[in-house]
Formats: sequence, C-alpha cells, structure tokens
Amino acid sequence: MRVYFLCFILFAVGLYAILRKRNLIKIIIGTIICEYAVNLFLILIAYRKDGRAPIYSPGQEVKNMVDPLPQALVLTSIVIGLAVTALLVGLAIRIYEKYKTFDITKINQLKG
Amino acid sequence: MAGSKEVEWGDIWHNPLGGKERKMLEQKNNNTSEQKNKNTLEQTESKGMSLIVKTITRLTVGLILLYGIYIVLHGHISPGGGFAGGVIIALSFIHLMLAFGKEEVLKRFSSEYITFFEGLGATLFLGIAILGFLAGYFFLDFFVDKGAPFNLFSAGNIPLYNIAIGIKVSSGLFAIFVFLVLLRVIKDKDKQ
Amino acid sequence: MSQLIPLFIVLPLLGAFLNSLFVRKNTKVSDILSLLITFSLSVISFLSLFLVNKYGVLIYKVGGWRPPLGITLVLDGLSSLLLLTVCLVSFFISLYSINYMEKYTSKEKFYTLFLLMLAGMNGVVATGDLFNLFVFLELASVASYALVAFGTEKEELEASFKYAIMSSVASLFILLGIGIIYSFTSTLNMADIAKTLGGSLNKVVVFAGILFFMGFGLKASIVPFHAWLPDAHPSAPAPISASLSGLLIKSLGIYSLVRVIYNVLGLKELFSLPLMFLGTVSIMVGVVLAIGQWDFKRLLAYHSISQVGYIILGIGLGTPLGILGGLFHLFNHSLFKSLLFLNSGAVEYSTGSRQLLKIKDLGLRSKMPFTSLTTLIASLSISGIPPFNGFFSKLIVIFSCIKAGFFGYAFWAIVGSILTLASFMKVYRYSFSTEHTENREIKEAPFFMKLAMLSLSLLCILSSFLFLNKFSNFFLGPAQKTLLEAKNYSTINDFVENVR
Repeated sequence: MRVYFLCFILFAVGLYAILRKRNLIKIIIGTIICEYAVNLFLILIAYRKDGRAPIYSPGQEVKNMVDPLPQALVLTSIVIGLAVTALLVGLAIRIYEKYKTFDITKINQLKG
Repeated sequence: MAGSKEVEWGDIWHNPLGGKERKMLEQKNNNTSEQKNKNTLEQTESKGMSLIVKTITRLTVGLILLYGIYIVLHGHISPGGGFAGGVIIALSFIHLMLAFGKEEVLKRFSSEYITFFEGLGATLFLGIAILGFLAGYFFLDFFVDKGAPFNLFSAGNIPLYNIAIGIKVSSGLFAIFVFLVLLRVIKDKDKQ
Repeated sequence: MSQLIPLFIVLPLLGAFLNSLFVRKNTKVSDILSLLITFSLSVISFLSLFLVNKYGVLIYKVGGWRPPLGITLVLDGLSSLLLLTVCLVSFFISLYSINYMEKYTSKEKFYTLFLLMLAGMNGVVATGDLFNLFVFLELASVASYALVAFGTEKEELEASFKYAIMSSVASLFILLGIGIIYSFTSTLNMADIAKTLGGSLNKVVVFAGILFFMGFGLKASIVPFHAWLPDAHPSAPAPISASLSGLLIKSLGIYSLVRVIYNVLGLKELFSLPLMFLGTVSIMVGVVLAIGQWDFKRLLAYHSISQVGYIILGIGLGTPLGILGGLFHLFNHSLFKSLLFLNSGAVEYSTGSRQLLKIKDLGLRSKMPFTSLTTLIASLSISGIPPFNGFFSKLIVIFSCIKAGFFGYAFWAIVGSILTLASFMKVYRYSFSTEHTENREIKEAPFFMKLAMLSLSLLCILSSFLFLNKFSNFFLGPAQKTLLEAKNYSTINDFVENVR
C-alpha cells in the first residue's frame, strides 16, 4: 500500500506546482510531473509478487507473470502526454512573443 | 480579429526558409566580400557547433538512423516498435540540426516535405486498417499468423503498422522541433 | 448491419488525413470534402436511429476479437441520440464555415483539426471500452485546444493555455479512475465491469466514482469546475465556439459522466442528490453572472453553464419524466446554442466587433434582417417561450421536479428561466436596435452562413414536435430506457453472437 500512497504524493507535488507557481514554464513542468505520477500508478498496478516478464515462449508454463495490459495503457498515455506537452510549449512560446513576459500575474487580459 | 500583421500559423508555411529564396540571400551576402572560399569556410564554421562536434556528427548520424530503423522493423520480436523507433529516427535529424545550425539543415529539408510525410504515414495506417474492413472486420489481421521469435516475416499485420507509425512519429516530432525553432528565426528577423 | 458503426470514426479520420496532405492554397477541395463527409455522417446517424429502434442494441467487434478480450463499439439508445445530435449540428457548422473562415489564414488546417475533433467526439459516444473512451476524449480535447487558439491573437492564446492546463488535469483524474477500476475488476470492457461489480457498493468503487465525477464534471462545466468556459468559448472562431458549446461539453462531459456513473459503476442512487444540487447551483450561478456581461459571446458562454445545469438537474432526478426532460433539453440546447453562436459570428463578420455597447448604434435590424430573425427565434427558444422547443423541455424538467416533491429546486429553476429571458431581451435590444446614429456600410451575411442559420432555426421550430408521444418514443425512448434500467447494461455482451 505504501507505493500507491507515494504515487499520490507525487501527484500532489505536481498539482502544487500547477497551482502556486507564477512562471508559465513551471506550470507546464507541474503538468508533466502529474502525468508521470499517473503513469507510475498504472504500472504499479500490474505488479505481481515474484513475477517475471510476460513473454510467452513454447515449452515454458504460463505462471507467475506480471500483467501486460497496463503496460500497453501506459504506452498510449505517454504518447498522449507528449502531444499535450508539445502543444503547451508551443502556446507558451507564442504567449511570450505577444505579452513579452512569462509571469501569469501580468497575463490577465480576460476579466469579468 | 485575425488576419493581422503579426506572424500566424499559416504564414510560416508560405515563407519556407528552405529553397531558392534563402539561397539567393546567402549568395548575395557571399559575393560582397573578396575571398569567396575563405568566407564560406568562416560562415560554416561560425554557425552551429565546433569542428569536433561536426566531424563526429557526420560519422554517427547514419548509425543512429540505422538503429532507429532496426527498432521499427523488429517491433514484433523485441521491445520497441513504431513509436520508440520513430522517436530515435527523429532524434537523428534533430542531432543534425543541433550540430550544424538551423539554416543549413532547413535548406535541405523544406517544411512542405515534412508535412507531406506526416500525412502519408497517417493515411497509410488508415489504409491498412480499411483494407481489413473490406474483408470483414475493421483492423482485421489479414495475414493470419502468430509471432515466432527471431522471425522477421511473421505476426500478421503488426510489422506493417509499425512501419506506418514509424514514418508518422518521426516526421511529426521533427516537424514539432522545426516549428519551435522556426518561430525564433522569424522573431529575430522582425526585431531587425 | 452493425458494419455501419466504425464508419462514424473512419470517415472523419480519413477526411482529416486527406486534408493534411493538401497543403496548398486550393481550399475549395477541403470545403467540398468536409461537406461530403459531414453530410454522409448525418445520413448514417439517422439510419442508426431506425436500427436501434428495430434491433435494440448493436455491437461491433473491432478486429474480430470477442468482447472481454477485444474492444467493442456499442450502439444503444443513448449513443444513437448523441450521434444524431453531433453529426447533424456538425453538418451545419461545416456549411457555415465555408464563408466564415475566409477571414483566417490556413483554412485547410482548420478543416483537419475540425474533422479530428469530430472523429474524437464520435469515438467517445460510440465506444464500449473504458480506455478507448479516454483515448478518444484526449483526441477531441487536444484538437479543441488547438482550435481555440486558432486566430493567435493575445487573448485567444491566453484563453487556450488556461483551458489546456485545466482540461489536462481533468484527464489525469479520469486516467487515475480508470486505473483504480482496472485494478479492482481486471477488465476494461464497460459491460463486463458492470457484470463484475454486480451493483455492490464498495468504498474503492465510490472513490473511483468521485474521481470520474471531478474529471468529467470539468469537461461538462458543472459549477465548481466551470472557470475555464467563459474564457475559452468566446475566444474561438464562431463555428468552433458553436461546436464547443453545443457538442463538446455534451459528448465529452455529460454523456461520459452519465454512462460511467449510471451504467458502468451502478452508482445511480448515490449520485442523485449531488447531481441535482450542483445542477441547480449551475443554473443560478450561470444566469446571475451572465446578466452583467457586455460582450456578446461571453454572455452566451455563461448561459451554457446555466443550461447544462438544467440537463444535470433532469438526469440527476432519476424518475422517467426527469430523464426524458434532461435528454430532450440536451438535444434542444445543442440546436439553439449553436444557432446563437453562429449568429454572433455573423454579426462579428459584418461589423467587426462583438461588444454590445459598440454595435448598438449601427441599426442592425434593418440592415441584417435574416440574422435578426434567427437571433429572435434562438433567444425565444432559450428563454422558454411557448411555440419553440426550449419551452417544452424546461417544462418537462420543472414539472418532474414538482412531481417528485423537490419544490425548492423547481423554484430556483423557474427563477433561472425568468432571468434568462431578461438577459436575452437585453442582448436583442442592444445588438439589433432600430435607431442608427452611425452610418456604416454593413451587408447581410453571405449565402452559406445564411443557409446554415436558417436551417438550424427551422430545426428549432420542428423539434418542438418531439413533445408529442409518438415522436418522443422514437427519438428519446431508447435513450430513456438505457438510463432508467441502468443495471441492464451488463447484459449487452450476450447480444454479440446474435447480431452480425
């Protein structure tokens, strides 16, 4: 149970970075940390005690393997995270060109 | 409202930094000084990184590309597959761009080719899936075969999908990098 | 006949990829391609309604793999209602954007992103597998982040960044919930999860349900999670605002929330009171914040929050009449909210501004007669005035609240409706006034925009006939049955061998 708890603490660290930091790039890094925490959680779900790699070769019995399905889920999730990060970084560069600053307290044109 | 004078997404593709325009600009810069050979050597030495990095890059870029293609093609036998191999192929192009400077590389790879390969990879993937659809189910395996270890032509449709994904991911990541780099160049041109 | 279901996902994806291969300036090919695709999609979605009424549930196995092992695409009553809404309104939006997007550069990239978003929304509605829902949800969300920032002005980039950060945190909550459910039941197929859980109320399942509620609630902009909507929806170009407000918050937010909590997890009784309470708070918060706005599109965005509150109030009630009212209001709101955003786009196209104080001197009622007529129809619909469709759906929701004994919620819903009428009277008076003190050359909207707006307003009038029993049993009956007997979802995998 301790490892799952540590995953949630890592998620909370990323969430703190998103909520409290003032620089745009630090907010993006907070998003990346949250994503790592969720991927780690998915992989840890798959672990079986004293398991071995889930490769099937003829002649070996199918016993005591770790679960291969969350590994496929994590591959997809890493690709999605890459796409979102690339888009956020592109947006941040464009915002710097227009507003000339990365500080979110000065980027507040939309109000009300 | 849009359509303003500032740089927009569309404009970058309509002013490609590769191609004839850039070449004519550089030739004009070259012809104004006296010793042409010395000038070009100085120019290629002043952009990009130092001579040691450039020599090593010339030797290793081909090997990195080959390693990436190996990981794509052996996706059904060993770990890796389309996405990981595609990232390594894109890394070889980015390595070229980091070592030699962006103008040299963008002269040879123009933006339109990169977008074309991206669309080609995606359409290839969908085309293979639709071929299965015409025979029965969507994404159907039409070479019905199980994967045998160390056998390159096995495991049904999976190597074909790996190749399509490899093309798409490599051109996609290189396009993202070129886009993030291109913006800086246009901004410098505006400041002058 | 279940071979039709993957066409909902294949056709828009094919259109998007073919569009990205044509990078040249010839945009007429993109126009015709996307019009063809959205038209054929709306025809197929009508056909799917007939099929669902005849067969019940249609299941398609992707790749030929059987359900607990493979991914299935499921077409039951709720899916076909949402598919009809999404495909029909996207056809009109695609028709409208032939003329409107001439003002932006790179129109072919717009069509690529729009078709990708449409493929994502269709995929979310049509799938029967939990992780497949997440993948299509992310596809539609990432396409919408790019579309909100399409004009690349200052405010649009800031709005898109805020929207992207909040929405990716919500997606991460959803992924955490999926991980917890997978570790508890060791299967990802929705019907199989329902069968394994068997209606028991376990603490882990309730925790996952709360995580799903937070994630999908942010996508649907229910009240504690609504802060991204007033910035993101006005900043997008007008056809994208219409599809975000009319389609995306319903298919990614409300449909997924209802499907996961009612059918998959079986937590209908537990979430009934929170949904009703938050729905009523949404109604009041949305309307009170909307009255003081002077920007046309920002006002419409705040009203989206309010109307989503009506839908959640109806569905959260749980009685047959309440669910019927909620689903009817979902269909109606897509129609008239898209029409309102398209109208604001037409006003912006002709006059160049969307601030109400600036356009009140231009005398638009005589210069833009079509637009003022369609805005009048849409405003009367949203306020709930009798012959139009908004009246009937709000009537059913309020009446079902009274019949179930919740008088307080019904009272606040009626107050919200009166305040909606007040704010739309303000909008109509300021934007389409009769006096003009400035004399500027203002033309009516171009042909395709007029066609799209007129067709949507005609549909607003026609869909009020859905109140009659004969039509509502055909359109809304299967969807109502799916949500009412929510535990029956676990048995749909038994249909797999019977239907080809």
